[in-house]
Amino acid sequence: MKNKDRLLPLFLTFLKIGAFTFGGGYAMIPLIQKEVTENRKWLSDEDILNIVAIAESTPGPIAINSATFVGYMTCGVMGSVAATLGVVLPAFIFIALISLLLQNIMDIQAVQYAFMGIRAGVLALVVKALISMYKQCPKNPVAYVIAGLAFAVSLLTDISILYVIIGCAVLGLVTSMVMKKKEAEAK
Amino acid sequence: MTEVSLLTLFFTFFKIGLFTFGGGYAMLPFIQQEVMQNNWLEEATFVNFVGISESSPGPFAINIATFIGMEKGGWLGSALATLGVVLPSFIVILIVAQFYLKFKESRIVSGVMSGLKPAAVGLIAAAVITMVIEVLFPAGFSWNLFAGAQIYVSLAIFALGLWLLLKMKKHPIFIICVSAVLGIAAGYIFGL
Repeated sequence: MKNKDRLLPLFLTFLKIGAFTFGGGYAMIPLIQKEVTENRKWLSDEDILNIVAIAESTPGPIAINSATFVGYMTCGVMGSVAATLGVVLPAFIFIALISLLLQNIMDIQAVQYAFMGIRAGVLALVVKALISMYKQCPKNPVAYVIAGLAFAVSLLTDISILYVIIGCAVLGLVTSMVMKKKEAEAK
Repeated sequence: MTEVSLLTLFFTFFKIGLFTFGGGYAMLPFIQQEVMQNNWLEEATFVNFVGISESSPGPFAINIATFIGMEKGGWLGSALATLGVVLPSFIVILIVAQFYLKFKESRIVSGVMSGLKPAAVGLIAAAVITMVIEVLFPAGFSWNLFAGAQIYVSLAIFALGLWLLLKMKKHPIFIICVSAVLGIAAGYIFGL
C-alpha cells in the first residue's frame, strides 16, 4: 500500500511500546501517539483520535486494535501484522518465562506468603479498574438498568457471559433507536 | 484440575476476544467464568496471576492468555491462546479500516456501545465481588476465619492498597511490591 521500508521500523516501534507499557491498552495510547505522530510522522493527531475511537468500539484489547489499525494505515496489511506482532511479543515472552519460573518456585514458603499479600493487593487494583470503567460509562437510567441487570445475572446465575453481552448490546441498540424516534417525533 | 485440549484453548480465547468490548479488563469476568466453571485453575492461581499481569509489560489480555495457555498446554498452548485472543481484533480492525469514518458515525455502533459500556461495568463489578469473597474466604465462608489473623492481614493490605492507589496515586507495580513484602512479613510473624 505505502512504503515497504516502514515495516521494520513499525515492528520495532511497537515492540518498544509493548515492552515499556504497564497496565494495558489505555496506558499505550499516549506512547503510540508520541511515536507515530511526533517521532515518525506516519500519521496525524486526528488519525490517532479516530483510531482510539474505533479501538474502543470494536471487540478485543485496545492495544491490539490500535496496533493493527496504525499498522494498516501506515503500511497496509503487512504493516498491521508487523505492528501487532511487535506489541504482543514482549508480553508473550515475558509472561511465558514468568509462568515457567512460577511453576518451580511456588513451593517455597516465602513465595506463598508473598502471593497471599499480592492477592489482597490485587483486590485494590480491580476496584480501581472498576471505578475507572464506571467513570467512562454513560450515566443515564437506561445505562444503570443495563449495568444492574448484567451484574445480577452474572453474579446470581450460571448463564454464560456471552449471552449477557449479546443481550446488553441488543438492549442498548433498541433503547437508543426508540429514544431517537421519540426525539424525531417531538420535533 | 481438568485437562484442556489445544483446540479448546484456542477457541475459548477466540470467543473471548471476539465478544469483549472495552479493552483487556472487560475480559476479566469472561475469562474468570470460563476458567472457574470448567475448573481449569484454582481461583487463587487466577488471582495471583492478575497481580503478575498488572506488574508485567504489555496488554492485560495478552498476559493472561499467555499465562493460562502455558499452565494448560505449555509453549504451544500459550502461543495458541494468545493467537486466539488477538485474531478477532486483527480481523475486525482490518475490515472496519475500510470504512472507518462511516463506522465511527454509525447509529447502530453507538447504540450497541450504549448497551455494552454499562454491561462491562456490571460484569466487572460481579467479578470483583467474586474475587473479594475468594480472597477473604479461600476455603468458603466460615465464622472461624475471624478468629485467625489471615483475614485481617488481607483486609489491611486491601485497604492500604486502595489508599495508595486512589489517594497517593501510586503505580500498580508499587502496590504489588508492597503487598508481597507485607504478605511475607505477616506470614512469618503470625505463622500463617
